[in-house]
Amino acid sequence: MAEATAKPAGAEILSVSDLQAWYGESHILHGVNFNVKAGEVVTLLGRNGAGKTTTLKSVMGIIGKRTGSIRFNGQDITRASSDRIARLGIAFCPEERGIFASLDVRENLLLPPIVRSGGLSLDQIFELFPNLKERLNSQGTKLSGGEQQMLAIARILRTGARFLMLDEPTEGLAPVIIQQIGHTIARLKSEGFTILLVEQNFRFASTVADRYYIVEHGKVIDGFANSELSANMDKLHTYLGV
Amino acid sequence: MQALYAQLLVGLINGSFYALLSLGLAVIFGMLNIINFAHGALYMMGAFCAYFLLHLTGIGYWWALIIAPIVVGIFGMILERTMLQWLAGLDHLYGLLLTFGIALIVQGVFQNYFGSSGLPYAIPDYPEVGGFRGLQGGMNLGFMFLPIYRGWVVVFSLVVCLATWFLIEKTRLGANLRAATENPTLVRAFGINVPRMITLTYGLGVGLAALAGVLSAPINQVRPLMGADLIIVVFAVVVIGGMGSIMGSIITGFALGVIEGLTKYFYPEASNTVVFVLMVLVLLVKPTGLTGRAA
Repeated sequence: MAEATAKPAGAEILSVSDLQAWYGESHILHGVNFNVKAGEVVTLLGRNGAGKTTTLKSVMGIIGKRTGSIRFNGQDITRASSDRIARLGIAFCPEERGIFASLDVRENLLLPPIVRSGGLSLDQIFELFPNLKERLNSQGTKLSGGEQQMLAIARILRTGARFLMLDEPTEGLAPVIIQQIGHTIARLKSEGFTILLVEQNFRFASTVADRYYIVEHGKVIDGFANSELSANMDKLHTYLGV
Repeated sequence: MQALYAQLLVGLINGSFYALLSLGLAVIFGMLNIINFAHGALYMMGAFCAYFLLHLTGIGYWWALIIAPIVVGIFGMILERTMLQWLAGLDHLYGLLLTFGIALIVQGVFQNYFGSSGLPYAIPDYPEVGGFRGLQGGMNLGFMFLPIYRGWVVVFSLVVCLATWFLIEKTRLGANLRAATENPTLVRAFGINVPRMITLTYGLGVGLAALAGVLSAPINQVRPLMGADLIIVVFAVVVIGGMGSIMGSIITGFALGVIEGLTKYFYPEASNTVVFVLMVLVLLVKPTGLTGRAA
């Protein structure tokens, strides 16, 4: 599976077709179709409850029941367990950040195992997020919301995974922190990471994304490139109700 | 005064067993969310394993200290793989009923073959160091006579408890374990094989119980119901200490052993009930236990 990093830019890394998913009895995704190409930042936009987070979780293998097809680097991962999906090189940063209270910052940072070579070193991570270095011995959940978000992103950069899924990384954060996260995403993109982003804040998304998909009622109903953004503004306002 | 020290020592010995057992229960509860009622039966199996090793193969105490926890630990892991894992996500009650049933079956099988009386297991008489033959005999400390074996049990149990605490609180492996206790789904999504970790954790907790069984064999003899009698007190210890904390279960285990010992000296009539009286008091004041977190 070394081809993850060697894929030429533009090759399809993730393709999802007719993805359906259930939370217990409730049917959440009704046939989601989209793809992500190597080196892209792709954003899923949509209202609350549209199915964006469920889509990410389905790709990660942590939604109990899912059907359809999810292919990563040509491999079918629709029914794979989440630990196996992670070891194939997909890393997930959940909306609630998932910082562990019983671990200090260093332990949180070192928790995800290295799945392949080529991850960021601790020095590179501290260069991106200097705050974390000073707080290494603090309890994970004693950090501010912004620092927790940085920690949640930082810890998946160590693993060598080149495909990142970030679920609303800017939610509830101050503008200056949002800006820092924007810079980080731009920097990661320039270093060849592929990023699938879920955002409500489409003003933020427009600063980093190459392409957008609109999710509504558990389906992808539209998609366009960043260059077509201004032409699609009216539609977007209708979709998002902003 | 001699009598007081003697009771204190008995208290520390019992405290050692309480600590090893409640520590295993805490580790298992944290990771599997199961109240392991089979713990006493597994402790008994540890003692029997040492007995079989000695009488069937001639393997003595020192090797039994290593082999019995591994053998019984593997038995525990088979239980987890074949039965307990299917209870994940269900109410505590199911795990409690299943493990209680396992305890009854295991104890019943042993009773069928060995009755209810105790089988003797000698204190090891090797290696010979200085004037001592293994852990036999004792020494005069000036203020009291200390049987070597009893001193050994207290010190060794303390070392094992602290090593377990260190493993869980201070190492990378322990960090994985603590994280998986908090949010197993996310830990698994980082690429860690959480189901395997759960099995190994159950094996560790069971291994601690078996180790306590081996330590107890020369003191209390080997009996099919040795665990059933002890485990009731151990659950009271766990309730007092709180399920959530590793260090809490160690300290509470030793402390309650000592309190029991002191009660035997000052007011012997209450020595069998003092732990339960404390349990009631703690439940009234702090239902999650002295060091416990809310479930």
